[in-house]
Amino acid sequence: MSTWDRFAETFFNAKVMHRYLPDILSGVVVTIELALLVVATGIGAGLALALLRSLGIRPLNWLIIGVVDLFRSLPPLVVIVLIYFGLPSAGLAPSGFVSTWLSLAFVLMAFSEEIFWAGITSVDRGQWEAARSTGLSFGQTLMNVVLPQAFRLAIPPLTNRTIAITKGTALGTVVAVTEILGQASSAMSNSYNPSPLMMGAAAYLVLFLPVVVAARFIETRFAWKR
Amino acid sequence: MVCALQAVAGRGPRRPRRAYGFMNGPMVDARAVHKHFGALHVLKGVDLRVAERELVFVIGPSGSGKSTLLRCLNRLEEPSSGSVVVDGIDILDPRTDINHARQRIGMVFQSFNLYPHMTALGNVTLALRLVAGKSRGEAEALGRAALERVGLADRAGHTPGQLSGGQQQRVAIARAIALEPRVMLFDEPTSALDPELVGSVLEVMRALRESGMTMIVVSHEMGFARNAADRVVFMDAGAIVEEGPPAAIFERPAHERTRAFIGQIQRH
Repeated sequence: MSTWDRFAETFFNAKVMHRYLPDILSGVVVTIELALLVVATGIGAGLALALLRSLGIRPLNWLIIGVVDLFRSLPPLVVIVLIYFGLPSAGLAPSGFVSTWLSLAFVLMAFSEEIFWAGITSVDRGQWEAARSTGLSFGQTLMNVVLPQAFRLAIPPLTNRTIAITKGTALGTVVAVTEILGQASSAMSNSYNPSPLMMGAAAYLVLFLPVVVAARFIETRFAWKR
Repeated sequence: MVCALQAVAGRGPRRPRRAYGFMNGPMVDARAVHKHFGALHVLKGVDLRVAERELVFVIGPSGSGKSTLLRCLNRLEEPSSGSVVVDGIDILDPRTDINHARQRIGMVFQSFNLYPHMTALGNVTLALRLVAGKSRGEAEALGRAALERVGLADRAGHTPGQLSGGQQQRVAIARAIALEPRVMLFDEPTSALDPELVGSVLEVMRALRESGMTMIVVSHEMGFARNAADRVVFMDAGAIVEEGPPAAIFERPAHERTRAFIGQIQRH
């Protein structure tokens, strides 16, 4: 048996791969569900917080900054563990799936709030003044003049952050979420063979490469001719 | 920054209040306007009355408060005290719907401030749709007419980045006049322009003046002031030092400070 054969036998074992393919595929479904939920709620909540912050109500802003800084500094894994093992003592018992979703959504909310806020504040003051001088209200100016420009600035860092945090769905393994990595590692221990892990890696590539490409497409779409 | 802008903003939609009733007052009537920025006393009791169809030029050294005065007239800056009445509407009354009132007060900025993500037509029609309540079709017709007036009908589909500085400023003027304001405020409209582009903007302003628009212009375009202005106001250190017809202010200034300032800018 050549070295290459031994390598292939270990990492790309056709029999093992065939056997555990259904498990990996069900893991892909869970990962997609989790990722979509995290992205929708995390970015939605982040944008909502940034808009609330633009109202300039000081005590509210302190609260927003506090929450955002907290979730930006905690490792997502710690948040998952806290929610999964901590909330039951408060009478709530979220599943591993819900714990992972909430944790990653909070973290993405925190980062996207900062990104949206940075976008909003970097729009030139003159844009506000011009719009207000024609009679647009604060809200109309924010929605029609400032946010479209803020989005354009926010999209590259936002897509980066979204991809990084969405990959964090793999952290769900520690609280028994049967997503890709969870399925792959249990298949690996059951088969005494790392091939399922390779399948898991392939599944992540298949899932996230299109996201990265889509992000690039969105970035070019939102750029306007200067 | 946004918080500061909020302070500038009027809140709550309310009907404009006519301070003059049916009397025929001046178009702009600012009295004893003071403005403090913290410890800085920028406007020290300025009185400015501008009649309908009058073109008033405001000149003065930088930091003299002329831009701040202009911005107090549409409440982009909230005066610390005093009163501002424009077209019979008390601009500083908290019951005044400032967003409604601002439609009557067009403003043009030194840095154009066009919306970079919209076409020229989009820039001009935004407030027509959102504030004046026009339908998209009506707004576009009015917007095209406004662009026509500034000589840019053929640039309606261009974004600001595709236009020269002079063209951008003319779009900004179109954006303001499309709302059919009663008075136009110009805050150094040609200062950011290359010399060869200044003429086209001044030409539009001259046409606007001939159409009977009431205008207050902060600018150092002396040539334009000389043959278009009805009155020149010289400000220094937050107060009006003297005012009068352009010839009088430029040729025979009464005050030493005016003489020094005029001498300085004419040397350039």
